[in-house]
Amino acid sequence: MKEVPLQTEVKSAKRIKVSSLAKTRKRSDYFWAYLMIAPTMLGLFIFYLWPIVQNFYFSFTEWGAFGQYEWTGLDNYKRLLEDATLLQAFKNTSIYIIFTVPIGIFLSIIVAVLLNQNIKGKSIYRTLYFLPVITMPAAIAMVWKWLYNADYGMFNYLLSLARIEGPQWVSDPNIALYSIIAVAIWSGIGYNMVIFLSGLQGIPKMYYEAAEIDGAGPVTVFFKITLPLLSPVIFFVSIMSLIGAFQVFDLIFMMIGKSSTALESTQSIVYLFYQHAFVLNDKGYAAAIAVLLLAVILIITAIQMVLQKKWVHYD
Amino acid sequence: MDRAIKLITSKTFLFHFILIIGAAAMVLPFLWMILTSLKTYAESIQVPPVLIPEDFQWGNYKEVFGLLPFFKFMYNTVIITVLRTAGQLFLCSLAAYAFARIEFPGRNILFLLALTVLMVPGQVFLLPQYMIMVKLGWLNSLQAVIVPGLFSAFGTFLLRQFFMGLPKELEEAARLDGCNHFQIYWKVMLPLAKPGLIALGIFTTLWSWNELMWPMIVNSSPESMTLSVGLSSLQGQFLTNYPILMAGSFLAILPMLILFIFLQKQFIEGIAVTGGK
Repeated sequence: MKEVPLQTEVKSAKRIKVSSLAKTRKRSDYFWAYLMIAPTMLGLFIFYLWPIVQNFYFSFTEWGAFGQYEWTGLDNYKRLLEDATLLQAFKNTSIYIIFTVPIGIFLSIIVAVLLNQNIKGKSIYRTLYFLPVITMPAAIAMVWKWLYNADYGMFNYLLSLARIEGPQWVSDPNIALYSIIAVAIWSGIGYNMVIFLSGLQGIPKMYYEAAEIDGAGPVTVFFKITLPLLSPVIFFVSIMSLIGAFQVFDLIFMMIGKSSTALESTQSIVYLFYQHAFVLNDKGYAAAIAVLLLAVILIITAIQMVLQKKWVHYD
Repeated sequence: MDRAIKLITSKTFLFHFILIIGAAAMVLPFLWMILTSLKTYAESIQVPPVLIPEDFQWGNYKEVFGLLPFFKFMYNTVIITVLRTAGQLFLCSLAAYAFARIEFPGRNILFLLALTVLMVPGQVFLLPQYMIMVKLGWLNSLQAVIVPGLFSAFGTFLLRQFFMGLPKELEEAARLDGCNHFQIYWKVMLPLAKPGLIALGIFTTLWSWNELMWPMIVNSSPESMTLSVGLSSLQGQFLTNYPILMAGSFLAILPMLILFIFLQKQFIEGIAVTGGK
């Protein structure tokens, strides 16, 4: 839009033209922008944003047998505070998180660091570790349930070779949750490994070269270079895993039967939400559970954000 | 020098040792799934376990198809996955282009609204979404799963990142040639955002194929069931007949397995992209 200053009349005439041109261009910009975001924004509004508001509203209601509901104020929230089953579900979910997230991250970092070395067969390993990631949780649950089978399962057979009587992996209330945790860790390693691997590849080689010149051993290099430089990725993965773990449902739903003796000690918050919303037709209370879940996830994310300053290194 | 070689070889030996144990742990359950699916029921409950079945019982697979409309499940899952993925790729990239490359009033606030969806756990939407489906009369239909799945805040956010990284000059050149925004998006920007599109495509495909809760809530009739839900109902019917259950499970994961074998690189890079940004 640069112009050579000639005669003043020409210049001002040109300016008018340019500015009106800019105006039509802007108008056409707006037109296209709104047109292009319209489908997604409308869809998000109808199916996601407005439902958030509606869910809040539902959480103050009680539902009858025929889908009618009435306003009951804070009743559902009062019930939340006194619900022993919910408290148990909260505990179960917390145990699930405390084990799956750190162990899962730890193991996937190890695998990623090993695969980042100069060794043969890297891509084959990577493919094999990734297999559980592409497998539907329903099928994963099925095959593990079979491995865990108390009478004919592989695990108890192997234990019997060592003359140990294997436990009831998925129906003993004291063990079932840990059996599920093991499956969750197993199925998540590949996913996190891939993200860590791409994080490791982003660490400049010169750091390692400098460490080598200084004569640092592999353990020192890992703790002084790899871990700090990987910490932003670890932070990201830990937040995502935490949020994901909070919403665990598929594995529990598939592995623990509706009448299992271990249901009480394994059901998660989301499992309870599902029960109240779609099995017991207690939709108002389910909506309150969903609000609670949202609150807890927001609080935990906020805590993580604050804590990250202590251990995450950016550059 | 000898010593150094020894050290290197022993270190790589250790690495391989650890990696092979891990890889075995990853693969053996799948192997066991396939082997069990080819056994007779009697073989499956023998102690000590039969490793390789005497005669491969291909009939187990036939039985799965006979007991449940498994072909129908597969067809439903394919349709849902393809349409959701294609729809998201188009709609998200369209919105992402506008958010990344055009200045317009309300851009920031609208984008922030979209981001809100990302922060909220899925269960918060579920009940109202279900009520919408009831009102529309969409229960037990494929569109109940497809339509809400066409819109994605995550996809919009991911692709916006890609479009923001592209140089401005490209756009200016196209504008001087008289292209409008849709033409710039379609002819210039979309081809350049290919890595992002592949990543989102893989992510959505995996998600739609494997999802359990929503399809289970809205589609409980066999006519409109997906494979995940089909597996859970198979389990309900054949509590302990593991050869049948394993055959069903293997059938349910086979299409995704084949896709993965052909597109390994795209799968792994795609997941790295969706996780890394």
